[in-house]
Amino acid sequence: MQLVCPAGNLPALKAAVRQGADAVYVGFRDDTNARHFAGLNMDDKQFDAAVAHIRQHQRKLYVAVNTYPQPKIWSRWQRAVDRAADHGVDALIAGDPGVLGYAAAHHPQMALHLSVQGSATHAAALKFYVERYGIRRAVLPRVLSLAQVKQVAASSVVPIEVFGFGSLCIMAEGRCHLSSYITGESPNLCGVCSPAKAVRWSDDADGLSARLSEVLIDRYTPEEPAGYPTLCKGRFLVGGKRFHALEEPTSLDTLDLLPELSAIGVEAVKIEGRQRSPAYVEQVTRVWRAALDAHRSAPANFVVKDQWRQVLAGLSEGSQTTLGAYHRAWQ
Amino acid sequence: MKLSLGPVLFYWDKEHLGRFYSDMAGLPLDVIYLGETVCSKRRAFSLDQWLGLGRELQSCSSAQIVLSSLTLIEAASELSSLRRLCDNGEVLVEANDMGAVQLLIERKLPFVGGPALNLYNGHALAQLLDAGMQRWVPPVECSQSLIADVLEQVRELGRPLPEVEIFAYGHLPLAYSARCFTARAENRPKDDCQFCCINYPDGMALTSQEGQPLFTLNGIQTMSADVTNLLADYPGLVACGADLLRLSPRAEGMVGVVQAFDQVRQGAMPPLCVDGCNGYWHGQAGMLRVEEVGLC
Repeated sequence: MQLVCPAGNLPALKAAVRQGADAVYVGFRDDTNARHFAGLNMDDKQFDAAVAHIRQHQRKLYVAVNTYPQPKIWSRWQRAVDRAADHGVDALIAGDPGVLGYAAAHHPQMALHLSVQGSATHAAALKFYVERYGIRRAVLPRVLSLAQVKQVAASSVVPIEVFGFGSLCIMAEGRCHLSSYITGESPNLCGVCSPAKAVRWSDDADGLSARLSEVLIDRYTPEEPAGYPTLCKGRFLVGGKRFHALEEPTSLDTLDLLPELSAIGVEAVKIEGRQRSPAYVEQVTRVWRAALDAHRSAPANFVVKDQWRQVLAGLSEGSQTTLGAYHRAWQ
Repeated sequence: MKLSLGPVLFYWDKEHLGRFYSDMAGLPLDVIYLGETVCSKRRAFSLDQWLGLGRELQSCSSAQIVLSSLTLIEAASELSSLRRLCDNGEVLVEANDMGAVQLLIERKLPFVGGPALNLYNGHALAQLLDAGMQRWVPPVECSQSLIADVLEQVRELGRPLPEVEIFAYGHLPLAYSARCFTARAENRPKDDCQFCCINYPDGMALTSQEGQPLFTLNGIQTMSADVTNLLADYPGLVACGADLLRLSPRAEGMVGVVQAFDQVRQGAMPPLCVDGCNGYWHGQAGMLRVEEVGLC
């Protein structure tokens, strides 16, 4: 299984390469990708350097152009596709049928990977993208149980990539408008969820309040650790009870499932987190490289080391991890 | 302007559905969407029963009947059901994921592109128009100007325009998950949900800790807390090229809703102000209401 790691900047890309990523995925510094955060992603110069570094170390470089363009700004997506193709990247990650159609027609030599934002969860949906755009890989949304991933992989006409570690979207990716409902900006159109500019912290009499567009997402007592107010991970009231009605602050970690994912025939495991620091990318890549190598050399004896778990738990949201939808009980 | 009745997004029992559609049968609706789009475990009606209801409705109204497909397909059994739905042989299908689109293309059938398909630009639309899409229901977060731009781009690409159907009334379907939030709120595992969402015919209200209404939990679907209502925006709906307005069923008051929209399309002055949110239509946060976007 290939290890695909995130890089929001050049130091993160170098860290991923150093620690043994097989492929690194990046985005351009604009709203053409789903991590359109201030100061993140690559301008022309950094992208050139990224391409050179990847070539020098004989790894793969994937470029995410995976938001949904609007007509007035379509040309920006077109330019992003052209730029990726001109640099001979190893794959373009996209979800919009318009972008995929443009890339397939104008750059047939460039491999296309269906982004998780395409929200294809079964064989018939994957067939649509294979037949029309010739995609060579599809990233599955984080909504499927392990048994369902197995079924999709077995019946799919295209190799599968799944998420292995990182922030957990609890909604089917590409099909969540919660952020734009509250803030006006969505992952699909703006490449952001719960954008930082909408966040306001205040020390109130009732505790530390985290707001998004003035909507209270969570409130913390002095003893409680406070997390970024991603709106699906706040505490709300339902039926008079206050709880994490959608999801707790937690990260997806599937190290335990590595043997099963390999047996299923999953082609690549993706680490989430282009918005994370180079140090984060370095540590996560190191653990996953070690785990994949251990599994490859002695599959029958594979066990998840405590030390790997500790490192990953320390890097997780709310210091806790979950198998997410892979584990049926989570659903 | 045509009026359509969207699929019932909540879980209502057989009697409730029967009562509801017999109320709707006498109303001036041009299109009625039937079928389960949220959760495959909800089985008040089988596919055959939906088709039977469609035939019944057609015998007493002139409305076009359309079957809507499940939005989030996960299990192999759901994919089989989707195939059967596409093979129904009688009525048009609303495709709510690309798998449904693929199956309908394979059958060389025309289809409606539902609001859960991510179609945000003319190039994407052109791809699906070439594949047989006749009607486009834009994602609910699209604004009036975005929809107008998309149609302009479709024209520039030399394609005939599809019919355009705007989600004009009801709780906005905002997100889909593997997790059932109604079961979670009741502390039940999804696999033993006891069909608890049937107890919430208008969904479960979710508010902030300060009591601000935010969302409506409807099984694996998260909806807006507020009902969207674009009746006061009627002139803009006409201007941007809408052919149909979708009214999404609620447990109470739908007869009045259909009548109010019907009166306005017959020429009555639209109200200056209505209850409900319309931020998306004006290119702002979806939860904002008419007065906040400067209509009143």
